[in-house]
Amino acid sequence: MSKIKTYEEINQKLKAGKAVVLTAEEVSKMAQEASPEEIVEKVDVVTTATFGAMCSSGAIINFGHSTPPIRMEKIRLNGVPCYEGLAAVDSYIGATACDPDNPTYGGAHVIQDLLEGKDIVLEAWGKGTDCYPRKHIKTKININTINELILFNPRNAYQNYNVAVNTTKKMIHTYMGTLLPNLRNATYSTSGELSPLLNDPEFKTIGIGTRIFLGGTQGFVVWPGTQFHTTRPKNELGVPVTNAATIAVMGNLKEMSPEYIQAAYYEKYGVSMFVGIGIPIPVLNVEMAKRVSVNNSQIQSSVLDYGTVGTPKLGEVSYEELRSGSIKIGGKKIRTAPVASLSKARKIANELKEWLETGNFEISKPVQMFPQNTSLKSLKETEADHD
Amino acid sequence: MIKKRYILNFPPESGDKAFTYHLVKDYDIRINILKAEVFPGKRGSLLLELQGKKENIEKGVEYIVSHKIKCEPLDKRIYFQEEKCIDCGNCTAVCFAGALTMNKTNWKLNFDKNKCVVCELCIPACPLKLFKIDFN
Ligand code: SF4
Ligand code: SF4
Repeated sequence: MSKIKTYEEINQKLKAGKAVVLTAEEVSKMAQEASPEEIVEKVDVVTTATFGAMCSSGAIINFGHSTPPIRMEKIRLNGVPCYEGLAAVDSYIGATACDPDNPTYGGAHVIQDLLEGKDIVLEAWGKGTDCYPRKHIKTKININTINELILFNPRNAYQNYNVAVNTTKKMIHTYMGTLLPNLRNATYSTSGELSPLLNDPEFKTIGIGTRIFLGGTQGFVVWPGTQFHTTRPKNELGVPVTNAATIAVMGNLKEMSPEYIQAAYYEKYGVSMFVGIGIPIPVLNVEMAKRVSVNNSQIQSSVLDYGTVGTPKLGEVSYEELRSGSIKIGGKKIRTAPVASLSKARKIANELKEWLETGNFEISKPVQMFPQNTSLKSLKETEADHD
Repeated sequence: MIKKRYILNFPPESGDKAFTYHLVKDYDIRINILKAEVFPGKRGSLLLELQGKKENIEKGVEYIVSHKIKCEPLDKRIYFQEEKCIDCGNCTAVCFAGALTMNKTNWKLNFDKNKCVVCELCIPACPLKLFKIDFN
């Protein structure tokens, strides 16, 4: 009988400093010589990580009450519009939000400025009510003056993503970077064999309640992410070959580090935010040992033409090819470039490994597993009633 | 021997003359074409690195200018705020001169200034806006 470990056993070993923790890249290398049975004997936890631009990011902020108080019904932080429908002094600032007159500075930059301890101008308007008489306030806030600052990202850490190319004659600017005309470059974004959701493709250990590395501190998986899609085409190992599942994550932004949260502006596209996420995967049994053993040659991604409406698929390539510096599509050799940071992802995987090894991080059993067999609806255009 | 970069702008009527040949033959200048854009019958531009004796380069430039070609020394350089780089790789996607590459071992960005042809494509490509033009 092959070995089966429990979360409790692994946590006890972690606390005692006796657990063996490897990064997903280290275990992939180990798997060239060791069988899954040997890996489950030797390894307790595998750390995975990613550091890429994740548009679906933002922060919940509570500003605290002024005297006299105001029911904030229009809110601007350094000119960036924030959501005003939460409550009197609560707001959500989306990473991609921006003032159309200043499109290069957005919500992600406000979040980064807050993290770096800078002062931010808060301006808010209300209609004035009996209990909230004030109609306008303009003041400065910073990370220490506000109550809560909670990162809440509804869709992060995509399980695989597309490779982007452009077959048209014009250069295009996308969230996958600048795509040169006539298939002159290809960009890719996941960290391949180090990627969190590619090491547990069927979500046997990742679910609601999973404790993770988030932006430099401990955070949690709080829900399946939006556009959670588990019925995408898969390869023979069961690994999706295109963008599939996602996770919603949450954590205390006040504890995070600007090193792992970074505002970004993409030319002619807009603002986004790089987010560092690391997920520990417990090697509970042989099946999980097989999953974490996956290597770049066994993970494929779909090459899509971002220049053409409908982004038609032009082929499939492996992460090994992508990392080699060039891929071949229709006989044509195309240069590849990453648009997410593997060096940072490695740093996160190693930092998380250290937290685990020093007993500062407990792995958690999900309180609820993710749904199975989900697919996506597209937005149909019907005639609106009150046009 | 000195090395200097020039950007040449050709009016339509000068596009068919063998300038580079003369620079080599008559002025003993080594030429490295860093970038060339030629639109037949219209204008064209050449980014050249000239290497040779100082007086030869001066004479060669005089020769070019005498043929109504605009010739400006290229003093601008691409400046990069390395300490803020997150090694995302976005800039390497557009740098065909090979000045910006990813180190395949540690996956950090490598910037080889000597290969830069100042095409300026990396400026908008970097999501952190770390590239700037430095006019010396
Ligand atoms: S300007 Fe930028 S993209 Fe162009 S060659 Fe120089 S480093 Fe490369
Ligand atoms: S695009 Fe900017 S941040 Fe990314 S690797 Fe290049 S210089 Fe660094």
